[in-house]
Amino acid sequence: MPSPIPADSVGLVTPQSQLFDRPLTLASGRQLDSYELVYETYGQLNSDRSNAILVCHALSGDHHAAGYHGAEDSKPGWWNLYIGPGKPIDTNRFFVVSLNNLGGCAGSTGPRSINPATGEAWGAGFPTLRVRDWVHSQARLMDTLGIGRLAAVIGGSLGGMQALRWALEYPDRVAHCIAIASAMKLSAQNLAFNEVSRRAITSDPGFSGGDYLGQQTLPRDGLALARMIGHITYLSHDLMGEKFGRELRSGSFALGQDSDIEFQVQSYLRYQGERFSTSFDANTYILMTRALDYFDLAREYGDNPVEAFHHARCKFLVVSFSTDWRFPPLRSREIVDALLAARRGVSYAEIDSNLGHDAFLLPNQRYQQLLANYMNNIHVELQGGPG
Amino acid sequence: MRLPRDLVQAWIKPEEQVLDLGCGDGTLLRQLIDDKNVQGYGLEIDPHAISQCVTNGINVVEQDLDEVGLANFTDGSFDTVIMNQTLQAVHFPHLMVDEMLRVGKVGIVVFPNFGHWRCRLHLGLRGQMPVSKFLPHQWYDTPNIHFCTIRDFENLCREKNIDIINRRFVNAYGGSTVSARLWPNLFGFIAIYRISK
Repeated sequence: MPSPIPADSVGLVTPQSQLFDRPLTLASGRQLDSYELVYETYGQLNSDRSNAILVCHALSGDHHAAGYHGAEDSKPGWWNLYIGPGKPIDTNRFFVVSLNNLGGCAGSTGPRSINPATGEAWGAGFPTLRVRDWVHSQARLMDTLGIGRLAAVIGGSLGGMQALRWALEYPDRVAHCIAIASAMKLSAQNLAFNEVSRRAITSDPGFSGGDYLGQQTLPRDGLALARMIGHITYLSHDLMGEKFGRELRSGSFALGQDSDIEFQVQSYLRYQGERFSTSFDANTYILMTRALDYFDLAREYGDNPVEAFHHARCKFLVVSFSTDWRFPPLRSREIVDALLAARRGVSYAEIDSNLGHDAFLLPNQRYQQLLANYMNNIHVELQGGPG
Repeated sequence: MRLPRDLVQAWIKPEEQVLDLGCGDGTLLRQLIDDKNVQGYGLEIDPHAISQCVTNGINVVEQDLDEVGLANFTDGSFDTVIMNQTLQAVHFPHLMVDEMLRVGKVGIVVFPNFGHWRCRLHLGLRGQMPVSKFLPHQWYDTPNIHFCTIRDFENLCREKNIDIINRRFVNAYGGSTVSARLWPNLFGFIAIYRISK
């Protein structure tokens, strides 16, 4: 943690936990009798409880979106650039809630938790979840926090899908939906990448059919490989070229040399994979990628997104990034076109960036300004100004 | 200039569905929302203008008219489609007019008249493309790639069998004068047309 703490940081934060003992029926038909959600909040809830913002995390994110957990923390939360005093999601104005989704591995009930029925970890037996299950569990968390209506639900990537689902499932509880670098459903290519990632994990002998906790093995190589595949899809072609090119980390191509060659990009991916494989849970990764795969915003609305958005009452901000090839601008345009046809309030910007899918987490002046302007308008609305 | 906006507004009925092509910072749409309670959307490509629209609380969609046109809008889906200082900036103005009248029941086009006496004088005496406070760009670096005169525009409407419902002209000082009404192609600085098909 930098010292002193920067003025635009939420500073030290302490995660909180909420136990739910009312059963939650899942989209799969299965039921979770009780579960726990870990979350963080930043800023103050105002007296009429109208300034709450829910931030939904993406595939490998968690509740720690901003600030630091302790002095020894080298890195702040995953969206620290965008959440804080004076930042686009201004904690001087808004009460921000960020949670670890059900099925996660950062404290909320998930495959690492103990299944009360067996007394052992759920492991691969943890119920399959869909985005709507997260949305329903998030709504219950809002209930316990005394938040009836959210000023905004915001998310990037898989988080954007949760924000969109909120708009349809709880139209009266959302004033604004902000979906960044997201999509209404995955493409065949997206599904294919996810399948390769899952196969990398399940084919690791350490996976032990998902019971690696019980068997005391870990599918480290498989999980690392899954993360490496993911990372390739998060970066753009140009950024990879710029960052690594064909630079060598070790070895030489000089004639007469027969040393081991390692490119910088190899080393980078290996580092990312290894770091991830020691911190993330393999069953959670499988669960999260499945939730991504199964998400289809308009499935229950006759596969008609216009019909789906007729159920929404909030305003929308949709943002995409030019070099994002995981959820390219075209995917966001589909959301926008459906919203236009459904005559919902929508604004859309395609941000020029060479950072690929990860751009939604990274600094970008135009993106920051746009989000700040939109959030400022929400604040003005809350003050009773023109909306 | 406020007057062209007010003239446009006079033609819009309350609660209309309005699409503004090249909406800039959203000033016109804001005015229409505040005064006529329209449901409006603006299309724009300039990042700064889009950001300002968001501040103005306007529904703004980043869309390049030259690239996708209005392909994402169905026939007759808006009461009025507006092109305020946009006609001269698109690659194919004649096709854009077709598109606006496909998507909108009525179109409103606002454009600077290149037949205005000042433009003629500039070109005639100096032999140079006109540059003014209102149109400050040099010929080689301008978003306005298809200037036309009032006569040109009316010829286009005639060729395409487009009905001119109303027309108004504003002089160089942002006002409405007898001369601009009598000799629009000479004294009309800004032309405002309400058209349909």
